[in-house]
Amino acid sequence: MEQVIANGLYLGAQYALIALGLTLIFALMNVLNFAHGQMYVLGGFVTYSVYGQLKLPFVVALICSGVTLAVIGALLEKFLFRPVIRRSKREESTMLLAAATAFFLDAVILLLFGEKQRGVPKIISGVFISDRVILPYDRIVVGVVAILMIAAFMLFMQYSKPGRAMRALAQDRVAAQLMGVKVERYSLIGFALGAMLAGVVGGLLVSITGVNSGIGGPISIKAFLMVMIGGAGVVGGAIAGGFILGMMESVGLTVLREYGDVTYLVIFALLMIFLSIRPHGLMGKPWG
Amino acid sequence: MGSEMINRRLTLKSLALGAVSFLAVAAGGAFSAHAENKELKIGFVGVTSGPAAAWGTSNVRSMQTRADWLNETGGVKIGDDTYNITIVTFDDQKDPKRAIAGMEKMAQEGIHYVVGPNVDDGAAAVRPVAESKGIIYFPYAFPKALYAPPASNAVLGMVANYQSGPAIYKYLKENKGVKKVAFIAANESDPLSQRDSGVAAAKELGLEVVAEKDTYQNDTRDFTPVLTPIVQLKPDLLVLSGVAPANAPLLIRAARELGYEGLISAETAQDATVLQEGAGELANGFISVGGASTPEIRTPVMEEFIERYTKKFGEYNDESNTKVYALEYIIETLKANPKAIDNVEEFKKTMDTFSAPNPYAKDSTLKYVGMTSFGQKRQLSVPMVVTEFKDGEFQTLFVGEVD
Repeated sequence: MEQVIANGLYLGAQYALIALGLTLIFALMNVLNFAHGQMYVLGGFVTYSVYGQLKLPFVVALICSGVTLAVIGALLEKFLFRPVIRRSKREESTMLLAAATAFFLDAVILLLFGEKQRGVPKIISGVFISDRVILPYDRIVVGVVAILMIAAFMLFMQYSKPGRAMRALAQDRVAAQLMGVKVERYSLIGFALGAMLAGVVGGLLVSITGVNSGIGGPISIKAFLMVMIGGAGVVGGAIAGGFILGMMESVGLTVLREYGDVTYLVIFALLMIFLSIRPHGLMGKPWG
Repeated sequence: MGSEMINRRLTLKSLALGAVSFLAVAAGGAFSAHAENKELKIGFVGVTSGPAAAWGTSNVRSMQTRADWLNETGGVKIGDDTYNITIVTFDDQKDPKRAIAGMEKMAQEGIHYVVGPNVDDGAAAVRPVAESKGIIYFPYAFPKALYAPPASNAVLGMVANYQSGPAIYKYLKENKGVKKVAFIAANESDPLSQRDSGVAAAKELGLEVVAEKDTYQNDTRDFTPVLTPIVQLKPDLLVLSGVAPANAPLLIRAARELGYEGLISAETAQDATVLQEGAGELANGFISVGGASTPEIRTPVMEEFIERYTKKFGEYNDESNTKVYALEYIIETLKANPKAIDNVEEFKKTMDTFSAPNPYAKDSTLKYVGMTSFGQKRQLSVPMVVTEFKDGEFQTLFVGEVD
């Protein structure tokens, strides 16, 4: 059972980090970013190229992934999402734009990086073995880094000027504007930050799970699941959603294995019941 | 001095003009020679995007490499005519509905020979279109109903898992002392049907099957939770039924990191680079079915094919060792019976007696097989090479043949 819990916690940390960027963008701009998974994939491929191909240090590769995706996120916000939000009052316009962006990035990634699964050398070798738990050291490192990043992100949102401005925007866009918050500037920073988070997580996890051009869609779906559980637009909710999903997956795959692949069936059924009782998820909106 | 300069210029101009004229005539001649050739369109309907993109992409790239090579050397002579090969591709995105649309498109273009689809449900879905529109297709899918009578338009493009699985299990039982087997498969039609036939074959050989219901979502990225309970059962052999090349290294790595020390095998073709990058030395000892390009049986033609493929696409895909065959069979069968160029019934007649030298493997012939499995010759004979992965390369364990 200890192994199952360790697996769940590790998965949860991964998932929480994936969901953070998605929920941030939703909170700030009310945009469901369907391209979040593709941004994750792109981040993975940047790390693969820098660390796996160019043999530069892993940290440098992670920074490259973060910076690349931040720039892409900023450009997407400035030249695509901002004009659409300005021109259209209908929320589905940004959803359609996000979906189109996802398809576009899918095609670009396939073209640039090919169809094969890619992986990089382990960042640290060896396996921690005790009587009850087996965990490879690289997973421990990635899990700890993920938790540190989540903590750093929360501190940034809580105490920094841009963080406070973004929280104000998320709570009430008009009121924030009246209080002097530069909406366009912080929307751009928020979108870039969300995209950067996706890129850094993609880069971080490429050392464990590798990356291939087709996984963007499934990653987005999982991120949406976590956001639904925790509550859209709430940082704490995304983290809670990630850990809950990770734990449910780990326990389900062990307890229900005799019944075939029913773990996700059960998770989806529980989610439907849960959402019918609490449509805003565990923590709801706005920022808590 | 001045007239000397002018003369030199004139001479240079004349030489340049002459060279340009010669090149133009030569190019024109070459162009017209190729332009005189008729066009033979061969289709591909399969998956070239998404998580399983590697399967279809290796098909398409093999076909394009071979077609370019044949066209470059003057085309293919079938009967009294010489043809340039054009490959028409359609990405079905692993969606049966799109596969049907793809096959309809092929019919509209007047194509009679189509490679693909890559998966069971796609191959089953296109059957009515292929049969009604007079198309012979070459799926990489294993349901026997596609190849056994009354079906007659589908030709299996590779060795099926129910043909290779028993051979692998028998070898491992006799040579490696395997007694307990565990199966794991993605929750999709192909891997599940491969798992079921693998379980049946293992039981028939008297092996104890300790896990036969464990599945995973095909988009799983971390297999540790899935494999934890299986590893605790301590099987001698872990079979990754129908595993996609993208998932194989992740599964192997997760199993080994959980302390699994037994053997791991798969009955689907894998890619050495992908295994090396994703699992490194943890993949050493992994057993899978490869194609006909292991150095032991490879011909110079295969060497050149690999070279051309690598030059064209930057990187070779080991799955193409098998995928290279379908186009070769189509062309060679048409050569054997030119009437089949637009008449698939003629093609079917020829399949029963067809035989030609295998350009890719030593001491081997191209012929249609499948009598034992399907009761009729609806399978390409490709060498069944069972390989073991070691330090970034596949090494041949044994070579078999399907009848």
